[in-house]
Amino acid sequence: MSREAALVTADWVQDHLDDDNVVLVEVDEDTTAYDKGHIKGAVKIDWKQDLQDPVRRDFVNKQQFEALLSERGVGNDDTVVLYGGNNNWFAAYAYWYFKLYGHSDVRLLDGGRKKWELDSRELTEDAPNRSKSSYTAGEQDASLRAYRDEVVAAIGAQNLVDVRSPDEYAGRLLAPAHLPQEQAQRAGHIPTASNIPWSKAANDDGTFRADDELQSLYADAGVDFGKDTIAYCRIGERSAHTWFVLHEILEQPNVKNYDGSWTEYGSLVGVPVVVGDEAGSAS
Amino acid sequence: MGCGAIVGGVSLDDVDVDKEAIIQGQVMRDGQPVGGAYVRLHDKDGEFTAEMPTSDAGEFRFFAAPGRWTVRTLAPKAEPVDRAVVASIGNIAELTVSI
Repeated sequence: MSREAALVTADWVQDHLDDDNVVLVEVDEDTTAYDKGHIKGAVKIDWKQDLQDPVRRDFVNKQQFEALLSERGVGNDDTVVLYGGNNNWFAAYAYWYFKLYGHSDVRLLDGGRKKWELDSRELTEDAPNRSKSSYTAGEQDASLRAYRDEVVAAIGAQNLVDVRSPDEYAGRLLAPAHLPQEQAQRAGHIPTASNIPWSKAANDDGTFRADDELQSLYADAGVDFGKDTIAYCRIGERSAHTWFVLHEILEQPNVKNYDGSWTEYGSLVGVPVVVGDEAGSAS
Repeated sequence: MGCGAIVGGVSLDDVDVDKEAIIQGQVMRDGQPVGGAYVRLHDKDGEFTAEMPTSDAGEFRFFAAPGRWTVRTLAPKAEPVDRAVVASIGNIAELTVSI
């Protein structure tokens, strides 16, 4: 992938609003955002209802993903353009799903919903009109997803990138600051992980920074581009944003998103945890 | 609960306010509340920490750590506005942001 293949601008979306082969998909946690107004023709995906298994902690399987996209009228050959609130966190997370399940042409709207709103571009409450499709997903691409044992084995061996805010990394906060802080898991970070907050990859309006700025952001923070990389956050959506930057924009091979993230790691028995601003050592 | 910001902020109904360092307020333009503005919380080093869109009543709410913070407000057809605020456990720091 590359920036050109993975990202589209608001102007590009504006020019393709009536293109039937381009499917806009808004992905939010707070779906009232979509209901109060969305980009013309956009279908809705609810981060929790549509993308998470209703019982166990995992995301939807191949069949569930196929049923979801068929119901929304997304075809295998369509260009899917994802956007959403929270600086595209959940849109990036959904983008990662589309890649996991092998969709060939998927992109992010640079800046997401925020950029669109700050530009005072038009939103509508009209429901989209797409006929159902028969979507076929591929098998999950295991090269994009990290599990807990792999993360523990990566301590001191691979790049671990903690994309949460500095206070969450250090253990002074357990969740982003728009959420209550009482949580079950321990506070801190995985030893040897670099703290490179997802927000450093984005401008205030939610668009991604330039390639050379992104490259030096990670290199200066100690990411060795010769090694494999695992990104994590609290539940895996902010790290999907960073996965997007590293794997799709900067075209780094071997970058995985650890969607178990801190809510899993911080609850594991017996694993090492570092509290404070220093990365800590492997032993 | 996920990581996403609820418009206007999480309700305090089920929150033990005594254990939280809350920063909340309202965004106004010409005396009217501004819904759909983007309010960003930056830490003492200027590092981004959280963001949320305001409710129809222009409201926002953060659960911070004790210390000094900057609240930055972005809205269509307005320049960004920065406001300094101090948070502490058990208190609600309240501000009105005029854009």
